[in-house]
Parts: sequence; structure tokens; C-alpha cells
Amino acid sequence: MLAAQYPVLPVIVPLLSAPIAALMPNRSLAWIMASLVSALVFATAVALTVIVSAQGMISYEVGGWPAPYGIEVRVDSFSVVMLLVISGASTLALISGKASIDAQIPSDRQPLFFAAWLLALAAYSGIAVAGDAFNIFVFMEISSLAGYVLIANGPDRRALPATFKYLVMGTIGASFYLIGVGLAYMMTGTLNIADLHARLGDVPYLRPILLSAAFVTIGLAVKAAVFPLHVWMPNAYARAPSAVAVFLSACSTKAAVYVMLRFDFMIFGGAFAHHDVQFSTVLMSLALLGMLIGSAVAIYERDVKRMLGYSSVGQIGYILLGASMISLGGVSAGVIHMFNHAMIKGGLFLAMGALVLRLGGGTLDDLKGAGRTMPWTMGAFVLLGLSLIGMPLTAGFISKWYLVQAALDLGTLGIVLIAAILISSLMAVVYIWRVVEVAYFQSPQAGASKHQEAPLMMLVPLWAVVLANVYFGLDPSIPVDLATNAANILLEHAK
Amino acid sequence: MTGFDSHGMLLGMILLIPLLGAVLVGMASRWPNLRETGSVLAALALTFAVWSLLPGALAGERPELVLFEILPNVPFAFKAEPLGLLFAALASLLWVVSTIYSMGYMRGNNEAHQTRFFMLFAVALFAAMGVAFSANLLTLFIFYEVLTVSTYPLVTHKGDEASMRAGRVYFGILIGASIGLFLPAIIWTYALTGTLDFVPGGILEGHLAGPAVGLMLGLYVYGAAKAAVMPLHRWLPAAMVAPTPVSALLHAVAVVKAGVFTIVKIIIYVFGVDFLFATPSSGWLVPVAAFTVIMASLIALRQTNLKRLLAYSTISQLSYIVLATAILAPLSQVGAALHIAAHGFGKITLFFAAGSIYTASKKTDITQMNGIGLRMPLTMGAFAIGALSMIGVPPMAGFVSKWYMLGGALQTENYLAIGTIILSTVLNAAYFLPILYRAFFLTENVAPPREHGEANWPIRLALGTTALLTIAFFVFNGPVVDLEMQLVETLL
Amino acid sequence: MEILGLYNYWVFAILLLIGLYAVITKPNFTKKLIGLNIFQAAIFLLYISMDKVDGGTAPIIPHGAAKDIIYSNPVPQVLILTAIVVGISTTALGLALVVRIREAYGTIEEDKVISMDRDQ
Repeated sequence: MLAAQYPVLPVIVPLLSAPIAALMPNRSLAWIMASLVSALVFATAVALTVIVSAQGMISYEVGGWPAPYGIEVRVDSFSVVMLLVISGASTLALISGKASIDAQIPSDRQPLFFAAWLLALAAYSGIAVAGDAFNIFVFMEISSLAGYVLIANGPDRRALPATFKYLVMGTIGASFYLIGVGLAYMMTGTLNIADLHARLGDVPYLRPILLSAAFVTIGLAVKAAVFPLHVWMPNAYARAPSAVAVFLSACSTKAAVYVMLRFDFMIFGGAFAHHDVQFSTVLMSLALLGMLIGSAVAIYERDVKRMLGYSSVGQIGYILLGASMISLGGVSAGVIHMFNHAMIKGGLFLAMGALVLRLGGGTLDDLKGAGRTMPWTMGAFVLLGLSLIGMPLTAGFISKWYLVQAALDLGTLGIVLIAAILISSLMAVVYIWRVVEVAYFQSPQAGASKHQEAPLMMLVPLWAVVLANVYFGLDPSIPVDLATNAANILLEHAK
Repeated sequence: MTGFDSHGMLLGMILLIPLLGAVLVGMASRWPNLRETGSVLAALALTFAVWSLLPGALAGERPELVLFEILPNVPFAFKAEPLGLLFAALASLLWVVSTIYSMGYMRGNNEAHQTRFFMLFAVALFAAMGVAFSANLLTLFIFYEVLTVSTYPLVTHKGDEASMRAGRVYFGILIGASIGLFLPAIIWTYALTGTLDFVPGGILEGHLAGPAVGLMLGLYVYGAAKAAVMPLHRWLPAAMVAPTPVSALLHAVAVVKAGVFTIVKIIIYVFGVDFLFATPSSGWLVPVAAFTVIMASLIALRQTNLKRLLAYSTISQLSYIVLATAILAPLSQVGAALHIAAHGFGKITLFFAAGSIYTASKKTDITQMNGIGLRMPLTMGAFAIGALSMIGVPPMAGFVSKWYMLGGALQTENYLAIGTIILSTVLNAAYFLPILYRAFFLTENVAPPREHGEANWPIRLALGTTALLTIAFFVFNGPVVDLEMQLVETLL
Repeated sequence: MEILGLYNYWVFAILLLIGLYAVITKPNFTKKLIGLNIFQAAIFLLYISMDKVDGGTAPIIPHGAAKDIIYSNPVPQVLILTAIVVGISTTALGLALVVRIREAYGTIEEDKVISMDRDQ
């Protein structure tokens, strides 16, 4: 029965394919293999979504050992949202990335590059489906290590210090998480998430658990690039190879947010008094600061990829803002935005990949006149930008709608939150429009007028994302239903 | 409810025709004649489709088209009701005229990017139709934003530094207001009532009371910044850098009317006239609208650039409509609806005339226009008709709507409104009549770069048509009044 | 006494802070990595400390052993072995990066690298 093995396939298949990809004799074979595996994972994710939507959570015992002693793989609505994001981003990034990878990475290193990519894919999927705290740590570190390798392959030397910074901060974040997990294990003797939650009720002395919650939350906040722990992120995205930026911008921070929500709601939530208050006060203020400062910095950034990175700092703020409301509406809004933002930002980085490939750089100066020379790419960029702003008819609008709806339930505080959301959206108008003006109203730099439109293989995935954005803006029932289920699962434990 | 009756389908077609038009125009980019024929045909087809709804609407039919649900209880849906139908009928008819005009103008001035121009024009009309026929606030909001985005490249058509700056003002104010004010108001309404449908008599009554009503009204009125109520009016003069056909159809009819139309529709169908009338906190709107009417007229007095003068005149006239609806008398609602049409005919004529002068003589400043009426008698004759309509002199369209507005103001004994209407009539005369005087009675002071007479024939045709329409609306306003009376029949 | 009795946790805390301090303040990339290693070593100590059961022996069941032997908890040791492997990989990758940075910039001082990037 293959269907019974679905929950582990997203991890096992790319994990086993990685060494094979490394041994591939030439770059095209390795690329084909990586793309196929990634597409297969996406197909599995879709299948899992259908199964989970129909019959609820799936629990899989690795090696037949029952939880909490064996390793448990759990797939619920929240996991499938994450799986769809990860595998979708990876697949689109690979398919569209052929030309830019060929341009940015030497052929002889490409099989190894794709091996690292598959490892990252396996590890991110692992984070999404793992049912115990320590496996999440291991997967998180595999994904990060693979991610460092991918980023360090960036086109110029600035990728190296950017990677180093990410490595140091990422390791500190993961170590904090490890300390937190250790403290929780010390008090409960278990690592299984469901079991942890159950046993925390019997722990008499809760101060180590409080500490554990603090370590886990802060550690993951580093990995999630929550303001003010975001300093690694803009450069890591901006200096990475274009295709890697697409993949990582969609998954890396989301995966950390995902784990953070799992821990803070499913384990610590309800385990000790005032956890919800502490969680929401700390994260809500950080989220607000991130939304405002991240967007404000993005306005002044001349490197468009870095601008998108700072924009992500703000967007992570939206996700956490929703989560920190600790209401069904708020948490669903956060999860919806996880999905939508991955789609929007992944798409924007896809467009940037095409622009960098043809224009040779991603600063505002490089983009002059791109609206005329690359109309399809810039058209997609504008539409995705509108989605980022939150224009109706796009997915971004749905996120903001649910977020503001949830904020309205909070009374006076809600008004402040809504004001922050709106101000941040207006700042998004400014930074997106700076790019639009440069691309459409300024003449291309001298000698750069012969640029042509990006290759079809980039345009098709790019426009697929644009159309998906419009589709989910018109009919958001799929992400909304999944997110509502996910929020229910998260909140049910927090009581 | 599912409304797939033949008239519902017609609504769908009304939305599809301009979109198809845009595609056709895009495909025919290499053959300008074919492209423009296609554009005119699409406009004619749209006009035919919209106008064929009118007899049914007069008989009380309200065709609907419900597509799918975007949010719980909020479908993507369309419904033809008197106010929207009037707006759509006006916009579609004037699209035909201004397409013909655009052919003359764009060729006469050798403008670049003509295909993009005609395509975006069609998309803007698509958005205007969507705004006109939306059955709920969210659908309206979606098309409202499409309208903003699709007209932005038209405003910045020239692509130089000045138009880029103007585009920034245009886009910034319209998007800022709609995201910062309009959207929160919609979400607030949804949170209170759980619905966003346009229901005769309103949906907010019983859900909101006291000062909050005034606040909500403020969010909506300023959120729909396309209505250019001061202080959110700056975008309209900025938009005048666009080619004249854009200023004429979009910034005298489609875009600005979408703004006031939204406000009127929200007051009638979301708040409910009776509810607002019974709530004192909504009273601020009359003085604000009155202030805008007077202030914009005063600024217009000091303008020497003809298009900027017309823009401030538009701001003033738009607030007439807001003022009329804010009086909250049944008759004044009819006046507001009529003024949407009446001002549309008059103002588009004025803009056409301005464009005609520019095409023939490259003159944009009033001080250069001494004696131009002798060179271009048809243009300036049409200009005179438009100007008189603005002032409200019979037998022009403007008289009809002012009549109903004053009637409504008298009904509720709103002396502020009456005073404003009278004073602004004087001001309108004060800035339009000197132009006519210059054009016909002074001798030419600035020699034109080359000898010229009237502009080319498409311009003359369009200009004459709208001037005639301005007079025709005075004579044949019966059916329109009957239709719009249905808006308030429950109130009378 | 109880405070001193938990001395290995004190050592854990001190090592953790020394490591973090080095990572933050040292401009030299290699020294940052050394700091990171101290930081991680602290965590190893935390895990090793927690598995100790009073009077417990190594968790190896001798042949025919009596039932009442107290064993230390083996799970944290297994966990930390994994964490050590992760730590080694990270250090290796970090050092490789330092080599590459040295090749590309000719220095491994962070402030110099930053100023070189700014001039670019």
C-alpha cells in the first residue's frame, strides 16, 4: 500500500535522491532529477491535502514503533499547508531556475548544488511532518546547512559573508531551540509533541518550562527573521542565486514560524498560567515593529532583492500578528498569510530571477526601462506587487481581509492594529511603486537597450504564480478552509 | 437568486464586452484603422447592451448575476438598479463619443503608445461597468481599485518627469484613501452586519449608532477619494497631465463619477437615507461638501490653464452631487443622480473643446485664447453650451439637476445648501463667462504657431454630439427622472 | 548548598555566555566560530548533566544482571550525539566559508569585509 506511506514520502524520496543527484554525470540530468523529485513531492503534498481534508489527521509510526517511544510522523491541516508551500516553491523555483542556475553556477558544481537542494527539500518537508521536538531540530539543521551551501553559491563574493552571518545566527537560533527542548525533556521525559502537551499537565514545578518556552520561542524567532532578529535575512536572500532566493524566501522563515506556532500553541499553550498573555504581548509588539520598520526600511533600499527581504520582515510581522491574537480568526489569518505570502514573495523573487538574468543586476538602476524591454516579467512583478500591497482580486487582499476582521474583535487594541496594518500596506505601495516607476518611466541605461524578454521557461512558472494569486484572490476557499482547520487544531490544545 | 436569466446574462456580457474590446485592440495593434474600428464597435456594442436594460428597469426589473462566493455571505455579484444603470448608460454612451474623439486627438497630436492607450481605456470602462453594477460593497471595491490601477498608466501617458510626479499624487491619494479608509469601512460594516449587499433602505440601521455613524460616513466619503471631496481633491488637477480624451471621459465622467456614485449608492443602500437623517452625527457632510463647492470654484477663478480650471470646476460640481445626497431629502437624491448625467454631458463637452483648441492651436492657457471663437466657432459654441450647463442655465442639462437639488434642499429647509447652490452659480458664471467673452469679443493677442481653423473631423463630430446631448438631456429627461424616482419611491 | 550542588548548570550558563560574547564581539570570523563552538559545548553539557540519575550507572545491561540496578537515562546522550554531529558539520561548513572569504577578500576580519562591500 503506497497510500499508507504518503506521510513519509516527502522526506524519504528527496533524501534518497540527493546522493544520486550528486553522482549525476552532467548538470542537465541532475536538474531533471531534482525537478522530477520536487514535482513528485508536490504531488504527494496534494494527495495528502485531499486525504487530510477528508479524514483528518494522519499519524504514521516510523519502523512500526508506536508513539511516544518510536518516531511519529503526523500530518494535519497545518502540515499540508506547509508541505504545499515548500514543495510548490521548490518545484517552481527549479523549473524556472534552469537558465539562471546555468548562468550563476559552474556546470561541474551543479550536481552537488542540486543534491544540497534536495536535502533542503527533504528537511523542510521533515519539519512539516515531524511529530517530535528533536526530529524537528535535526531537520531544521539539515535544512539550514543545505541552505547555507545553496546561498554560498551566490553569483558574487558578497554571498560569502551573507552566508556566514546566516550560519552564525541560524546556529544560535537552533541552539536556543535545543536548550528549550532539553529543558522540556528534563521535566517531562518525552519529546513527542502530543505527549509533551499531555505530560506538562502533571509537572509540578513549572519554572524550567517557562524558560523552555522562552528559549524555544526566541530561538525560532531568530530563524523566522522576526524583527529585530532579522538581520541575517535581507542579505541572505539578496546574495543567493536567484533560484535559491525563490525557494528560501517561500520556505525558510515560514518553516520556523510553523514550528513556533506548533510549540507555543500545542505544547506550551495551556500548560502554565499566562503563557498566552506573555506570548501575545511579546510577539504582537515585535510583529507591529516588524511591520512598520521592515516596510519603512524597504522604502529606502535600492537593491530590489534586499528590498523584498525587508518587505518579508514586515510580512512575517503580519503572520505573527495574526497568531498573537490567539483567536480562531487571528490564527487562521496568520496561516492564510503564510500560504499567500509564500506565493507572493516566491513569485516576486521568480520575477527578480528573470530580471537579474537579463539585466545583469537587481538594483533600481539596473531595472531602468525594464517595463519596455521585458513587458511580461515586469507585468507579473506589478501584479504580484499589487498582491503584496493587498489589492482586491489578489490573494494578498484575502490575507488582509481576514487579519483586519480578526483585529476588529479586539476592540480598541484592534483599531491600533488595523492602523498599523494599513500604514504598513501603504508603505508597501511606496516601495513597490518605486520599482514600477523606474521600470516604466526611465530609459534603459546606455548600451543596455538590447535586452529581451526572459525565456519562456521562466515566464510560464511566473505567470502560473500570478494566476494562482488571482485565483486564490477570487476563490480563497482552499487556503481558508485549510487554515481554519489548522487554527482549530492549534487552539484546541491551547485551552 | 442564482439569476442566470437572460438579463443576468446580459450583465455578464456588459462586463465582457469592454474586456474583449481591450483584447481586440491589443491584437490589432499593427493596423490602427482596424484597432480603432474595433474600439468603436466595442463601445457601440456596450452602449447597446446597457441601454437594452433600460426599458426593463423602467418597468421595475432588477436583473442579477451571481458568480461565486468570495467570502462567507459575500458573493461576486452584479445587479442592475436605477442609479448604476444611469451611470453605466452615461459612461457607455460617452465611451462611443470619446473613442471617436480620441482617434482625432491621438492622431492629430501624434501621441505615442496609442494601442496601450485604447486598451487601457477599454479596461477602465470595464472597471466602470463593474462599479456601476456591483451588487455588494466588496465587488464594488474590487472594480473601484481596477479603475484606479488601469487609469494610472493613462495619467502618466507622456512618461516624462512631470507626469510621473502627477501619477504619484494620483495613485498615492486614490490608493491610500481606498486602502486606508474605504477598506476599513467595508470590513467594519461586514463585522457589524455580516453582509455587504446593497439593500434599499440600508443595512447599517440597528447595528451602529451615535458618533460612530458620522465616523463611518467619513471613512466612506473620504475612502471614495475619486469623489474629490476636499481635502482629498489634489489628485484631480494632477491627473490633468493626461491626454485630453482621458481627462474628458475618465476625469469628467467615469472615474470621478465612480467616486460620487459610490458615495450616493452607499448613502442610499448601505446607510439608508432615513437612518442617516435620524442620526445627527452624519450632519457634518453638508458643510464639508458646501465648503468644497465654494472653495473649488474660488480656486477655479484664479486658474489660467484651461484644463486645470475645468478640473477645479469638476471638483466643485462633484461636491454638488455629494451635497445633494447629503441633504438626505428624496428629491435631492434624484437631483444627485441626474447631476451625475447632466454634469457628465456638460463637462465632457468642455474638455473636448479644450482638447480641440490644443490640437488645432497648441494653446493651453486662457490668456492666449482671445478671439479664438472666431477661428473655431463650432468648438467655442460647444464650449458655451457646456459652460452654460455648468452654470445651470436652461435649456441645458445642468438646469434639470439643479432644479431637483434645490427642490430637495427646500423640502428639508436646508438653507446652507440653498445658499451654497446660489452662490456657486454666481461663481460658475464668474469663471466661465470671461472665457466666452475673450473667445468671441476680444481680438487675437497671441499668434498661433501656424494658421488653423477647426480641429479634424472626429473631434468636431464628438464635440457636436456631446453639445447636442447636453441640450437633449434638458428636453428629454422624462424617462431618466422616472427611473431615478424609483430610487426613492419607498421614501416619498 | 543546593545552589552550588547544581554547579554543572552554572558552568553551562557561564560557557553559554562566554560563547555568545565571543560570537558577538570578535570581528574575526574564525574567532566567531570558536565562540560558536563554546556556545554549543555548553548545550552538550546541559544534556549530559540532565541524564545523570543519582547513584545511576552507565546504561548498559550486563549479562544476567539484577533487576534493581539504577541506570542513567541514555536518551539525552543519544540526542546530544546527534547534536554534536550537527555542530561538527556546522563548524566544518563555517570554516570552509572562512577559507572562501579569505580567498575572495584577502581578510577574515568582519569590519574590513563590510567596508570592502560598501565600497563596491
